[in-house]
Amino acid sequence: MSARWLTATALAAVAWWLAYTHLAGFSDAVVRLAGVDPATHLGAALGFFVYESPKVILLLAGIVFLMGIIHTFVSPERTRAMLSGRRLGIGNVMAAGLGVVTPFCSCSAVPLFIGFLQAGVPLGVTFSFLIAAPMVNEVALTLLFGMLGWKVAGLYLALGLGVAIAAGMLIGRLGMEGYLEDWVRALQNSRAGGQDADAPMSWPERIRAGLEHDREIVGKVWPYVLAGVAVGAGIHGYVPQDFLAGFMGKSAWWAVPAAVLLGVPMYSNAAGIIPVVQALLAKGAALGTVLAFMMSVIALSAPEMIILRKVLKPRLIAVFVSVVAAGILLVGFVFNAVL
Amino acid sequence: MKNIKVLGAGCANCKATLKLIEDVAKAQGVEVQLEKVDDMVAIAGYGILSTPGVVVDGKVVHSGGVPSREKITGWL
Repeated sequence: MSARWLTATALAAVAWWLAYTHLAGFSDAVVRLAGVDPATHLGAALGFFVYESPKVILLLAGIVFLMGIIHTFVSPERTRAMLSGRRLGIGNVMAAGLGVVTPFCSCSAVPLFIGFLQAGVPLGVTFSFLIAAPMVNEVALTLLFGMLGWKVAGLYLALGLGVAIAAGMLIGRLGMEGYLEDWVRALQNSRAGGQDADAPMSWPERIRAGLEHDREIVGKVWPYVLAGVAVGAGIHGYVPQDFLAGFMGKSAWWAVPAAVLLGVPMYSNAAGIIPVVQALLAKGAALGTVLAFMMSVIALSAPEMIILRKVLKPRLIAVFVSVVAAGILLVGFVFNAVL
Repeated sequence: MKNIKVLGAGCANCKATLKLIEDVAKAQGVEVQLEKVDDMVAIAGYGILSTPGVVVDGKVVHSGGVPSREKITGWL
């Protein structure tokens, strides 16, 4: 049983690699078969689409599968046990890091928030986790890596973690416990430790968890990826070079705050936004502005505020939003100034 | 008769879990009393960290993700 699963996984990995390394040939062939001249606008757009979309989806399938396996080692319960009673500082760093690898869905944000506080995870540390988990995730990082290269993906990882750590520490310092809703406050530190022993899993079970994760995530985001790449392809093919440099370029100081504001009401996942971002960059938009926009879309969303309102009083929500927004602004400005 | 509660506020996986339990119970010919709990305070009270959670006769048996068919059969 076990051997069969492992062989199948190895074969799938080889097939994946072959497909991934032959994408350029595939895309050229498709454009030729369609009878479109690659030098025209339409040819450029079509070539971009048939190259980028399978590439990104293949990458996603691979990484999300691996993350599904990693998730079988890092459950939210285990993360909570690791963070319980940690001090500000080291606790925030750990929380942000664990936020990247722990399975998280924004629909569980409230039970998770309460569960952390109950087990004695400090408020500031809990916030570091809650900021990092949705913002720095495998889907965002994979798309950035696939479309913009490892440097941009690495920067996004580092800066996302930086914002989560700093914002959580600041919120912790401010001692905002009084602005939790009263029923949440009453539950704080109420939970006795112990239990939560994860059932041991066999490798076939872990591999199945990886496949399940693929089905769940890639099955959900692929239409966004295709739509995003299609819009990106249109921009690539038809928008003139440097068209955006004027109002999204480095020289426009107001572009960063405008990008953050624009991002708040937008609620999209990384999958839809990154292909568009890549096209904007290619047409002269500044990296800092574009990264700030992305972070804002993912980390600050109106629906999430409404969910969090159940556990936080308005003042704490306001502090949360302003601290995170300030962090993102800083990221945008620093990037534009340095690069 | 077993009392089964599905904890979760309107996420896609919560609905899928509810439906799956219904299906399995029907296939097995077991009668269950199925409830959906979507009040955050109540969900937090069960001490789960990720939804959907499943409570069988007052005991939390599952949290996070849609449970497998085999697991559900085990509960019934």
